[in-house]
Amino acid sequence: MKLTAEHLGARIHGRTLLDNVSLTIRPGETFALVGPNGSGKSTLLRLLAGLRRPARGCVRVDGRPLAHLKRRTIARSIALVEQQAETSDRLCVRDAVALGRTPFLSPLRPWTDEDDTHVDRALDDVDMRPFADRLWHTLSGGERQRVHIARALAQQPRILLLDEPTNHLDIQHQLSILSLVRRLPVTVVIALHDLNQAMACDRVGVLDAGRLVALGPPEDVLTPERLWQTFRVQADSIGDPQDGRRILRFRQAP
Amino acid sequence: MSRVISLPVPVAPRLHWLWLTPLVLAIALVAGTAIGETRIPVDTILKVLANRLWDAGYPVDRIDAGIVWSYRLSRAIVAACCGAGLALTGVVLQALLRNALADPFLMGLSAGASTGAVAVTVLGLGAGAIGLSAGAFAGAALAFGLVVVLAHAARRGMQAAGAIILAGIAGAQLFNALTAFMIAKSASAEQARGILFWLMGSLSGVRWDDVALAVPTALVGLGVCLWHMRALDAFTFGADSAASMGVAVRPVRGVLIAVTALVTAVMVSMVGAIGFVGLVIPHAMRLLVGSRHARLVPASALAGAVFLVGSDILSRILVPGQVLPIGVITSLIGAPAFALILVRGAGKA
Repeated sequence: MKLTAEHLGARIHGRTLLDNVSLTIRPGETFALVGPNGSGKSTLLRLLAGLRRPARGCVRVDGRPLAHLKRRTIARSIALVEQQAETSDRLCVRDAVALGRTPFLSPLRPWTDEDDTHVDRALDDVDMRPFADRLWHTLSGGERQRVHIARALAQQPRILLLDEPTNHLDIQHQLSILSLVRRLPVTVVIALHDLNQAMACDRVGVLDAGRLVALGPPEDVLTPERLWQTFRVQADSIGDPQDGRRILRFRQAP
Repeated sequence: MSRVISLPVPVAPRLHWLWLTPLVLAIALVAGTAIGETRIPVDTILKVLANRLWDAGYPVDRIDAGIVWSYRLSRAIVAACCGAGLALTGVVLQALLRNALADPFLMGLSAGASTGAVAVTVLGLGAGAIGLSAGAFAGAALAFGLVVVLAHAARRGMQAAGAIILAGIAGAQLFNALTAFMIAKSASAEQARGILFWLMGSLSGVRWDDVALAVPTALVGLGVCLWHMRALDAFTFGADSAASMGVAVRPVRGVLIAVTALVTAVMVSMVGAIGFVGLVIPHAMRLLVGSRHARLVPASALAGAVFLVGSDILSRILVPGQVLPIGVITSLIGAPAFALILVRGAGKA
């Protein structure tokens, strides 16, 4: 499934959030969105998920404009994991993941064993099956993020949009979420703050003040010049002594 | 208390306890009909019912028959409908607005209803052509309209749920002030007393034509909630999350809030502003059956119905020779119950 953004623009209260952003997400790839705070990463993900109408331009899935599709239809192919979606409700992990079946259910199409199968599979995908009966408020931040991802997977999406899923997590959970994301058999668009994590993705898009200023493989995009222009930091690329892969080392501008 | 908290949340929605609902409701209605200043035996009630419904022709004391049919049974049915309706509106608003304090009176409905009722009784608005109930309904509808317009205008720069809550508070304050102004300026002491009683809720004037309005309203409310139960579940992590799971947020929220307002306005116009049912019953039921709406909606409707029938019984027997306003009873039970929920909620966090 191909997701295309064409000349997207978004504004709020007269302020431009996104300006003429065009990109195509290729089937099967893991696409990283990076950029400073407020550069429009979350807004772009919300537009791609169809949660927000663009002021200009259009988002298409397999050539069809998102605006012409029903919410239910969109939710069956695109799932979004927001930053820090919380609840004070008393619900268990399994019930939270079961919410992902919402686009397939209706008063005339009740819950079936097939839905249970999808929930089980989603729980297995994020290694949270043993936590199925735990209550939400007893989970750690990393566990909650995994449950959110499982909930999104229960939607059987072709494309998974993740908004800074490693935010506020300790390093172990960051790495496990990222390796989980890479293992998933779906197309992934992931907003990231950690540029070294973006280095491990197939392609990277750099947003700066609402404009897509670079797009391509990470080693072509995350260059010292680009990082200086967009993030105002000096960066050096060094080799990992273990596997020889490149690591970015940052210094504050003098 | 800790035993209730540690109850495991059942995985699949098991619904067989639902079959008990009509039975529990019937028991509550019979109790509401039997208990009062004149105690009426259950077999007399059943005989009166058989006579009325199937022309069974049992010999029954005519005064007993009158009390059962014309007075207590209609009253119990309306109490059950109001309790169910108010509890359901609480469930819906707490789910949609993601706010534990949301209740049916949040959107200025009860304040508007009292303003309407006072405008009719004190100022003689409508010159006798419209009754107190119609005035209350019009006031509630007006207040709701105002709150919706205000929330719509204020939605820029804040989330829709927050805008609705703040607009509701502003609307309630405005209409309460209008009510107080009219009472202070124009009402006689006797009128003021009558209004005070109406505001605290009263089922005294309830007859069968009220049943004809209350039952369909409660059923429509229940039906709409059950139809949208999966959408209500989807709001667990907020409106955006619901939208990303395929819920058409704006139309669904519009329908549910409109139905909520309609149910509240009808109930308030019949029996006055009965507090705490819509706030406390949903919270109590979440602790008992969990927060999935397939269970929460029927459980809250039943509990609200039984709670209000019970409160009505208490209001009639607590002080011999006097009927207390039912709002006093519900708040006397509801306030400590709510305090308990708050303390437990704080303990959980």
